[in-house]
Amino acid sequence: MAEHFRLTVNGNESELEASPDTPLLYALRNDLGLKGTRFGCGNGQCGACFVLIDGHPAPACDTPLWSVAGKIITTVEGLSKGRELHPLHNAFLAEQAAQCGYCTSGILISAAALLAKNLRPTEREVREALDRNLCRCGSHNRMVRAVLRAARE
Amino acid sequence: MNTVAETRLKRPASLEKNPRLSQWLHVHRDGTVSIYSGKVEIGQGILTALAQIAAEELGIAVERIRMVPADTALSPDEGVTSGSLSIQDSGVALRRACAQARTLLLERATARLGVSGGDLRVEDGSVHAAGRSTSFWECADDALFDRDVEETAALRSPRDYRVVGKPAPRRDLPDKIAGRPRFIQDMALPGMLYGRVVRPPHNFAGLISLDDSKVKSMPGLAAIVRDGGFVGVLAEREDVAISAQRALRLAASWREADPPPRDVHTWLKEHAAEHRVISEKENADARSRATRALEASYTKPFLSHASIGPSCAIAQIDDGKLAVWTHSQGIFNLRRDLALALGMREDAIVVRHAEGAGCYGHNGADDAALDAALLARAARGRPVQVQWMRDDEFAWAPCGPAMALSLRAALDAHGGIVDWEHELWSNGHSSRPGRADDPALLAAWHLARPHKRPSAINMPLPAGAADRNAVPIYDFPSQRVVNHYVREMPVRTSALRSLGAYANVFAIESFMDELAQTAGIDPIAFRLRHLKDPRGRAVIEAAAWRAEWDRWKPAEGRGHGIGFARYKNLGAYCAAVAEVEVGHDVRVERLILAVDVGLVINPDGVINQIEGGAIQSTSWTLKEQVKLGARGIASLGWEDYPILKFSEAPVVEVELIDRPELPAVGAGEAAQGPTAAAIANAVAHALGLRMRDLPLTHERIAAAISQST
Ligand code: FES
Ligand code: FES
Repeated sequence: MAEHFRLTVNGNESELEASPDTPLLYALRNDLGLKGTRFGCGNGQCGACFVLIDGHPAPACDTPLWSVAGKIITTVEGLSKGRELHPLHNAFLAEQAAQCGYCTSGILISAAALLAKNLRPTEREVREALDRNLCRCGSHNRMVRAVLRAARE
Repeated sequence: MNTVAETRLKRPASLEKNPRLSQWLHVHRDGTVSIYSGKVEIGQGILTALAQIAAEELGIAVERIRMVPADTALSPDEGVTSGSLSIQDSGVALRRACAQARTLLLERATARLGVSGGDLRVEDGSVHAAGRSTSFWECADDALFDRDVEETAALRSPRDYRVVGKPAPRRDLPDKIAGRPRFIQDMALPGMLYGRVVRPPHNFAGLISLDDSKVKSMPGLAAIVRDGGFVGVLAEREDVAISAQRALRLAASWREADPPPRDVHTWLKEHAAEHRVISEKENADARSRATRALEASYTKPFLSHASIGPSCAIAQIDDGKLAVWTHSQGIFNLRRDLALALGMREDAIVVRHAEGAGCYGHNGADDAALDAALLARAARGRPVQVQWMRDDEFAWAPCGPAMALSLRAALDAHGGIVDWEHELWSNGHSSRPGRADDPALLAAWHLARPHKRPSAINMPLPAGAADRNAVPIYDFPSQRVVNHYVREMPVRTSALRSLGAYANVFAIESFMDELAQTAGIDPIAFRLRHLKDPRGRAVIEAAAWRAEWDRWKPAEGRGHGIGFARYKNLGAYCAAVAEVEVGHDVRVERLILAVDVGLVINPDGVINQIEGGAIQSTSWTLKEQVKLGARGIASLGWEDYPILKFSEAPVVEVELIDRPELPAVGAGEAAQGPTAAAIANAVAHALGLRMRDLPLTHERIAAAISQST
């Protein structure tokens, strides 16, 4: 049965009607129109759908709506402040750190969580932080360079 | 090297098929130029490279170029975006079209200004003479480009290039990196319904029964669609469509066919239907000098394209007309097969390209388009979006074919190869739409009136398919290469990045190392000894130099190795050096690749493609194989089909050899074979043991070690 939900996403309060078991992913993409969070596997194994829940990266595909009531959700769209891009976005552009870009949103989320707690990560720490994210295009090294660049700048 | 000269003289096929100048570009009053290409963006950066080419020949800033997404109603038909051919096909056509357009625009401008051609000053589309000025944007009109593309207009000399050859940021990346809607998965048309298909088990032989009583009453369900064994759902919400799909899957019972063979490689050898000698050189004199002979067999498993974003499509039927949005690599071919499957006329269908996740070959993109169209029939004019679930993609997208290979060679007393034989067994490497009498679209085979599933085929040499790169590039006096084609398919196969080249180069280059070792010669020196082609020698030498091959310090468990090929024997040259450490698993520490793609259009684009190809090939080589079980494909999620992770990705260094005087060729597939061979050779170097079956997993290595002791 559909229920009424109030979510805090990227600093905004939004309301929607959905069944409590609905994965957060579909509420974000289809109810709130935040398409940057993407479906890849549906069971927490690829990272394409990662969002920050109270600052921790978590798979939106595997997170039911009932579990996020009262929590603070940040999606890739919420990393930038208005028109101003997050340093990670700029670093990814500077490094041209993507091929198809489908995995990128989730990788930015994992990277943002890392930089929030570790201002100067080593390359190894970056790789470890991104290990739950899959990239099929082989853009790994560019992305790692981009995260290190964002940390420097 | 007559291939180079031929490429230059031949009129590109894209222009044969789309001869009118107006099919390629349109100059707008606002100072922008629309460029139409039939090639599509699949994450390889092609639209950026084509924009560079167009801007260069028009002599205008690249920012003025608008690349129009391919659309059967608007774009030239350039077949399929595959085989690393987009620069050769579309790039060459656009170069000619834009050069001619510039000439026509300048003629007009000259006439307008009332001066003779020599006095003009032209800058970024503005034309000045005798104190007066006009512009391309003022001079262009529809009539001007309503003519055939001629090949008389002078092309700009590569020496004068200002845009081509310089790194250009990818035009699509700002959106993709900021997380803005850009993919077909992100499109939301007004009134759109969400669809899912309830796929049968992989060894489908029919639907016995379907109890839809529980699902019917789900709130938000719009329709259950059934046509023979094709079952789909439509819902107002995507999550409801997924729940309905899951519930119906449990409520369906299917008739199943025989399971796939257990040992695929033996099975392939037993089921070959055609045997073709594709290269034969006989030199009895050379053969008589043989003192030692060697033979070895190699295998490659079925591989999955395994895109991170499962296939997706949108379809809408309105007033008997079908509109489809797809990330297919061949929109015109897809339209043809959709017409066949749906019993519609082609001119009642428009197919538009929308960007998807990287595909690396023929995945489920085309199939999803038919799924969406079939469901759209029940949507009363509303658009329908279908995205496959992860297990749909693994189970139903075509696989890259498994292959078995046997090589034999003979050496003379000085370590020279005097005879060479290469045999391969494989299914066909292409079952793309647009080529057979029946539609090559999955759902069409499950309908109440099913179409026949076309067999995967091989394109002929010189590009080849299963036999791509099977003919050695080395200069052997005697050789014989045989392609054993297996028509019957245990699982559906089609094009995966580089087709047969991956396995053929892996086998040839592994075997070259085995022969070098037998002859007691350094692997690089051994290759150079058998190779005359100067561009081939140059990439091998460049990779060895950059890797400091001669200064290798031996250490326990570490090894280095080389692999080399010219893609298709007519495309990009690539040599790879791998440095590995073998402990519990193989760890590739560093890959050094030297690449020659002729003229480099976008250096960073080429490097990005080579890096990506090398890392993907490392993943295939170390980890990947599609598992088969009683019901067909048993790798249904990432847990059953692991790919390389961030912590496992090697350092990749790329050395580009620019040859501005030679035609540009694609880079996207050049690294696949050489990287695999370099890794296998490095592992053999580290272990003193030869691994001939891919992937080089921990289990395989442990087995090889225990066998050898
Ligand atoms: S889609 Fe959520 S982890 Fe893959
Ligand atoms: S850039 Fe394509 S999957 Fe990562």
